[in-house]
Order: sequence, then structure tokens, then C-alpha cells
Amino acid sequence: MVGEGIIKGLAETARNFFGSYLRKERLTTVQYPEERLPQIEAARNFPFLLYDGADSDAGLRCVSCLICEKECPPKCIFIEKSQDKKPDAVGKPQFYPTVFNIDVSVCMSCQICVEVCPFDAIKMDVEYNYPTEDRFAALLFDKHQLAKSNDYYHQIHPTEAAAVDAALTAEREAAAAKAAAAPPSAATPSSVPGNGTAPASDTSATAAPEPEPVGGEKR
Amino acid sequence: MTQMLDQFFVIAKHWLMSYVPAPAQPLASAIVSIIPILVVFPLLFAITTWLERKGLGRIQNRLGPNRAGFNGLMQPIADAIKSVTKEDIVPLTADHIVHFLAPLLLVTAAFLAYAVLPIGRNMVLVNLDAGVLFFFAVGSVVELAVFMAGWSSRSKYSLLGAMRAIAQMISYEVPLVLASVVVIMQAGSLSTIEIVERQAQYTGIFPHWYIFTPWGILGFILFMIAATAESNRSPFDLPEGESEIIAGYYIEYSGFKFALFFLGEYLGMFATSGIAITLFLGGWSAPLSFLDFIPSWAWFFVKLLVLIAGFIWVRGTLPRLRMDQLMNFAWEFILPMALINMFVAGVWHFMAVGIVRWLVCAALVLAPCIILSRLLKRRKKFQLRTYSFAE
Repeated sequence: MVGEGIIKGLAETARNFFGSYLRKERLTTVQYPEERLPQIEAARNFPFLLYDGADSDAGLRCVSCLICEKECPPKCIFIEKSQDKKPDAVGKPQFYPTVFNIDVSVCMSCQICVEVCPFDAIKMDVEYNYPTEDRFAALLFDKHQLAKSNDYYHQIHPTEAAAVDAALTAEREAAAAKAAAAPPSAATPSSVPGNGTAPASDTSATAAPEPEPVGGEKR
Repeated sequence: MTQMLDQFFVIAKHWLMSYVPAPAQPLASAIVSIIPILVVFPLLFAITTWLERKGLGRIQNRLGPNRAGFNGLMQPIADAIKSVTKEDIVPLTADHIVHFLAPLLLVTAAFLAYAVLPIGRNMVLVNLDAGVLFFFAVGSVVELAVFMAGWSSRSKYSLLGAMRAIAQMISYEVPLVLASVVVIMQAGSLSTIEIVERQAQYTGIFPHWYIFTPWGILGFILFMIAATAESNRSPFDLPEGESEIIAGYYIEYSGFKFALFFLGEYLGMFATSGIAITLFLGGWSAPLSFLDFIPSWAWFFVKLLVLIAGFIWVRGTLPRLRMDQLMNFAWEFILPMALINMFVAGVWHFMAVGIVRWLVCAALVLAPCIILSRLLKRRKKFQLRTYSFAE
């Protein structure tokens, strides 16, 4: 019969129309600024710097190896390496960034900086809401704005953070065992060339973050 | 009391006229009658845009506008403020005068059509003997305005959109008029008032609306399809297909002129709905005789809102047609059916009143409908598309 399909279609839209009044679960719209959906665990937006402990300056994992700065495709990271060394979370003397800036207006959220970091020092944040009237200075985040604690990392990406922590402890234990097993042969150079390309989010402990800071020219 | 309510506006006008000196009365009477039309229908347009956005939203399981005012009721006002404060841009190479006149002509033509619409008992602006003819004549001025807009903008898209609009409107004007001819045949008059009064009689409690006859049902359906195409609404909105030619003939318009096009389009839709009500749905008459206590103008607007809801429902359901489908549908299906419908109306006129007449006419309407649609379906053959130039 002519027009049969049209009637079927009209019935379908009528069912949608009245159904949206009768059944609340049909309406999936969220009234955005007032109510927000919880973000999924895999959400990623802009990078942030991780620190251990309570002090963001002392516990910063970044050793200013400059790999992320070199790898960043839109070149939104700017790092100034320190001249002196400071003890890191485990007490080893390390370089640290005196300046660490990320321009989030330039950042394209590609996560390459996270993947190349051999120290698990930079991770992706879930925060996306940076409205501002100043599109230059207010979107250029410095070291203190970027630094976030490991607890926060556990809060936003629990699974990934647990894996990273497990890998880090395993490495430290291995390093400690190695140091304990071979104290006499300390003369041998311990400079295993740190393969900086190992993805940090990967749980494999091959990255072996030896305390030797990898210079940018090594890559 | 009901009489009083029914004739409230008529009595109010007469009361107003009694204060006007006799020589000025014809002019004053016309102005007093025109102003309500100029107020009510644009207001209805504002409400309809809100209703449409809400309805389409619900059809798509969305909420629709709900920020401005309670449930988004202030949305039309926000839209109006936006369109008035927007910059009015005229292309440098455009024909400025025609570009300026096109939206005005469109709205004027749309408003002119209301002159012959009987909105209630004794509530019509002018009682023309050739009211229906006047309506269609004025309605075709819209095409001129559309082509003025498309041509004067000097833009490819607007010209293409205008060409499409003209092709579509002229194609569908024919079945639109032919579908309404059956009513004129039956009523024996071109006057809209006469046509409504013929339908405002009752057998028992049932009215003599023309939609309750076989040719009336078919005529109404054909008329509404043609009216949808005439008012450029989905699924016949090819002239303004967003995916192809952005906004069609009014692509180069912005601000208030754009709003005028929008207004004109909706006013045209209301006017054709109004004439469909007049021709087939008994105008201002109540659907059942005992419901007569509700004022006649209220019935007219209830019917108008029902038809608008139908338009919105169809828009939310059907996808846009292709140009060849649109043209084939008009010339191969609607036009022959309208001609057959005229024949059926003639048969109806000469047969004796009774159930037999109804059944015979229903068969005469239904059989060609099925046969024609089958034939058209069979003629379609699907094959691999060959490209002449794109290889």
C-alpha cells in the first residue's frame, strides 16, 4: 500500500515524542554547566607534572632531561635545566627544572610527552575547563600550576597510577638489590644507556630509569 | 452568552466604529480589521518556532530549548532580539534595490493571503466572490519574491536555491489548485465564506465537512502534500537544503531581512493550513454539533494548531527528497490523482445520497491510488550507476 513506510515512520517518531515524556532514561541530555557526567578513567586532556610526597618543589619527579620538550610536536613545552643538583624523592642528587612551562593553548593533547618520559614525571590530566579572558599569559602554565601530587594521579587514573607505582617500586627494589649484591665492583661504570623512548605508561620495567640524566643530545 | 463570546471581536469592532465619523469609516474599519491579523499571526509564528524546536527535540529524545525563560518560552524573544541587532550585510555586487524588496514582497504576499481566510463566524477581512482564486493568485507572488531574492544576491548558491524553489513551487502549485477544485465543484462557489457555511451544517451531531467524503480525504491529503512543498518545508525543503546549498535563496541575507524570510515562510504555511481548514475541515465550525458553545474563532485556531503539529511531526520524521523524486512525485502521482479526484467528485455529485455513493466513490478513489503506485514502483529499475564524466 502506498504510504505504508511513512506511517511506520510517523509511528516511530510519535513513540519517541511521547516516550521522552514518560520515560526519563530516554533523555540522555545533561544540563552541562550545572550537572556534569563523571569523566571516564581513560579521559585525557592536558599534561601535568607529578611529584612525590607533600612538597611540589622537592618531590618533583622531573629531572629536566628535555626529552618531552624535544618531542613535543607543537613545541608547547619550555624547560630550563638547573645548574645544580637536588636530592629527589629517593635521595639521589638530580637536576631539576628551574622553569617548566606548558602553553595549553598550543598543546594538542597528543600525549607524546607522556609516552617518551622515562621517569613517569609527566602524565595526562582530566581537567579540560580552563576558560579565561587572557588567552596568552593565563594559558601559559608554569611549574607550580602544573605540579600535582601522586595522590591526585591515583584519584584520576587509579589503574594506570597503580601500575606505574608498582613498576617504580620494582625498579627501586631491583636497583637496591643490585647495589646490595655488588658493592665491591662499584668501579664499573653503571651507565646503562637509558632508552628514553620506552613508553612510561607501559608497565614493563625495561625503561630502567638509571639516575644518570639522559641528555637531549643522546637521542 | 455563547453568542456573545463567539461574536466578541465583531461586536467590539462595531462598537469602535460607532465612534468614527461616517466618511472615515471604510478606512478605519479596514485598519481595525487588519491590525489583529498583523499581530496574531506573527505571534503565532513566534509560538510555533518554540513549539517546533521543542517538538523536534522530543522526537529526537532531546529537551529542546530550555534556557530562556520557563522551558525556553522566551526563546522567540531572544531570537528576535538577536536578529534585529545583527549586522545587515548586503553583497557588494548585489542588486541592492531588489535585494531589499524581496523579503518585503514575500511577507506582504504572505499577509495578503489572510484577507480571505474566515477566522471565525463573520470574521473575514473581505468577502470576495473569488476568494479561493485570490488566495492562490496571491500565493504565487511568493515565487516572484523567492526568485527576486535568489537573483539579486548574485551568488551561485542563492541562484541555485531560487531555481529549485521556483521549479518546486510551480510544480506543486498545479496539484495544490487541482486538489482544491473538488471543493469548489461541490460547494459551487469560490467564496471562502460560502464554502465554510456549506460545511457548517450537521446531520445528527456530525458535520458536513468535505473531509468526510472519499474525494475529500484524498483531496485533503493531496492538498497537504502540495502545501508542504509550497511552503518549502521538510521533506520538500530542497530549496534550502543545508547539506547542498546551505540556505538556498536567502543565503545572502542576514539580520532582520533573514528573519523576514523566516516569518514569510511560516506565514505562508499558516495561510495554506488555514485555506486547507476552510476547504476541507469545515473552517470555523465545530466538529460535533453540541460543541458549538466554544467560539468559532477558537475552533479555527485549534484546527490550525493541529495542522501545524502535523507539519512538525512530518518534519521530524521524513528525510529530504531528491530533486528527481520530488518532481516525479508531483507530476506522476499527485497530478494524476488530483485529476482522478475531480472525476470522483463529479460522480459523487450525480449519484443518489446514501452509503452506496460513499462506497462507490471510495472504491473509485482507492483503486487508482493503489494501481498508480504499483505501476510507478514497477517502472523503477535499479542498475549500476555509470558516470559519463567522472571516470
